[in-house]
Amino acid sequence: MAAENYSMVKALNEALRRSLEADPKTLVMGEDVGRLGGVFRVTDGLHKDFGDARIIDTPLAESGIMGTAIGLALRGYRPVVEIQFDGFVYPAFDQIVTQLAKMHARALGHVKLPITVRIPFGGGIGAVEHHSESHEAYFAHTAGLKVVSPSNPVDAHWMLRQAIASDDPVIFLEPKRRYWDKGVVDPLGEAPAALHAARVARPGRDLTLIAYGPMVKVCLEAAEAAAEDGHQIEVVDLRSLSPVDFDTLEASVKRTGRAVVVHEAPVFMGMGSELAARITERCFYSLEAPVLRVGGYFAPYPPSRVEETYLPDLDRVLDAVDRALAF
Amino acid sequence: MTVESTAGAATAAVPELVQLLTPEGERVEHPRFSLETTPEELRSIYRDLVLVRRFDGEATALQRQGELGLWASLLGQEAAQVGSGRAQRPGDWAFPTYREHGVAWCKGVDPLNLLGMFRGVNHGGWDPYEKNFQLYTIVIGSQTLHATGYAMGITKDGTDDAVVAYFGDGASSQGDVNEAFTFASVYNAPVVFFCQNNQWAISEPTERQTRVPLYQRAAGFGFPGVRVDGNDVLACLAVTRWALERARNGEGPTLIEAFTYRMGAHTTSDDPTRYRIADELEEWKLKDPIERVKAYLVREEWADQEFFDAVDAESEQLARRVREGVRNMPDPDPTSIFENVYAEGHALVDEERAQYVEYAASFDGSEEVGEGR
Repeated sequence: MAAENYSMVKALNEALRRSLEADPKTLVMGEDVGRLGGVFRVTDGLHKDFGDARIIDTPLAESGIMGTAIGLALRGYRPVVEIQFDGFVYPAFDQIVTQLAKMHARALGHVKLPITVRIPFGGGIGAVEHHSESHEAYFAHTAGLKVVSPSNPVDAHWMLRQAIASDDPVIFLEPKRRYWDKGVVDPLGEAPAALHAARVARPGRDLTLIAYGPMVKVCLEAAEAAAEDGHQIEVVDLRSLSPVDFDTLEASVKRTGRAVVVHEAPVFMGMGSELAARITERCFYSLEAPVLRVGGYFAPYPPSRVEETYLPDLDRVLDAVDRALAF
Repeated sequence: MTVESTAGAATAAVPELVQLLTPEGERVEHPRFSLETTPEELRSIYRDLVLVRRFDGEATALQRQGELGLWASLLGQEAAQVGSGRAQRPGDWAFPTYREHGVAWCKGVDPLNLLGMFRGVNHGGWDPYEKNFQLYTIVIGSQTLHATGYAMGITKDGTDDAVVAYFGDGASSQGDVNEAFTFASVYNAPVVFFCQNNQWAISEPTERQTRVPLYQRAAGFGFPGVRVDGNDVLACLAVTRWALERARNGEGPTLIEAFTYRMGAHTTSDDPTRYRIADELEEWKLKDPIERVKAYLVREEWADQEFFDAVDAESEQLARRVREGVRNMPDPDPTSIFENVYAEGHALVDEERAQYVEYAASFDGSEEVGEGR
């Protein structure tokens, strides 16, 4: 099969299929992942081809899903867990933070938990409450977990395969508003980058926009718009939130002298806070402006009719770009 | 008289305890649970009980001497643990709480391994695959889900191994335990839920956790529940063997409620005199799990004083080995903080390790190095 134009959903589905084919110990488990193929259809067709034993419809209990996945991993399996929506992961939070993240250290390395936790995250799809959350900072704050988020179908495909192959627990945050974006994926090719490497999505010399997951597209559009005003904006797609590829960030910001971090999650105590602090430490003498942050407000994610106000958009990103350039 | 929970069992007036050996050391028969034992096996059981109690007592003493930061004593629960521990085959897995020292003993885990976390030199650290004994789990009830998932894996592998998930009366209130019951039931997983109802969750009596006998909870999940005399090692052995056989034969999970008593404090940091009366303790002393086995051995003339003296001497030897082992347990190297955080490494952990090493080296030559910790 040569390269094909895939939606992110299809790219993820194909990644699961390849991983299931490559390793008989790989399992997919979650709510409605079987016959239905998942509420977003990411597991579509897998149950038909791999059966009940490997594509496991679970009882509706997230802690139970996570806890039994840990037990299966102890037995030598490689579970890929689907949490149906971001806001439903909290019942599993204890198992993730207390057990999944810490068991390898607790066992002094005798135990490996190669579990991938797929979570459709973020807003912008007009959903009801608890279906639009960005909780990446909770997970990135926890040693023992790795956290990644792809921004496009190609990364979605390869990063999921890499995450499943990893012997560490990986929280895999899928930007659900980008599920239907298309990209050319060649499943027989090679991964374009290491799982935890950042990528310069657009080169520029005046300012670095840093984003991941759903906000990369917004930042690329903002860079395009800024180009019309004569500003060369670099966009770095972070891809991995733990570990963070600080070397790529440092190199970029030392060239541009300005950085703006963009995410959907609230600015306060968000990824941007840590990124701004680290960039300031590493690039202090190169900075022409403080590192600015654009993100959600410190309020519960709002009802969908006003979510456009909450979510960073082209104008809010450009506003921050202008402020940074004006320093 | 209902020993296996049914839909109507919640109304049963007095739930029956499965018992094969009375507190007075009389061997009694049970219509459903029989057990063949040889004198040699009984002596071996007695030895396990005595050694486990002696080890536990030594650990409590080591805490009082400042060698351990904390100890969770199993005093009073030896029979429940030795009975259920001896029922397991080597291929079976146990998922313990932090009090299953007697199970660890039966699985062949070196008692010194259990003491590292209580001394503060590690968080467990033993290799669970060596004796099929998972690391101690401190957050209440979490391990029941791991046990269930492991058992689901056994089903996929098609082997006849089985799993025992340990927890207590307090844990029965946890969501994770109830989710474990659900998962085990719907996937028909080969897991035995072994609840040691020791009557107290720190200061809260079982009445604060449940209004029905705990073993009856199983009925609502669609698998059998049995209440066994948790101070009767023979009954615990027979019922756990039966439940493990069910698991091996594809008959799914079982809940065993071992009705016992925590004779000591919750941990060495606890003071049970603040919440329970001395009479209760006196009453349970009469049901001691070891005395009844000794009485039985004596009555049947299957053991003489020489045997009991030899076991006592062996237990003192064990205590000495444990004492010396703990005192000689080295503190971990400070840089071990950064080890094993990940299986495949992490750039930030590497960076912080390097920063720490450089910082620590900046004290080289200073007398304060390593002091005041």
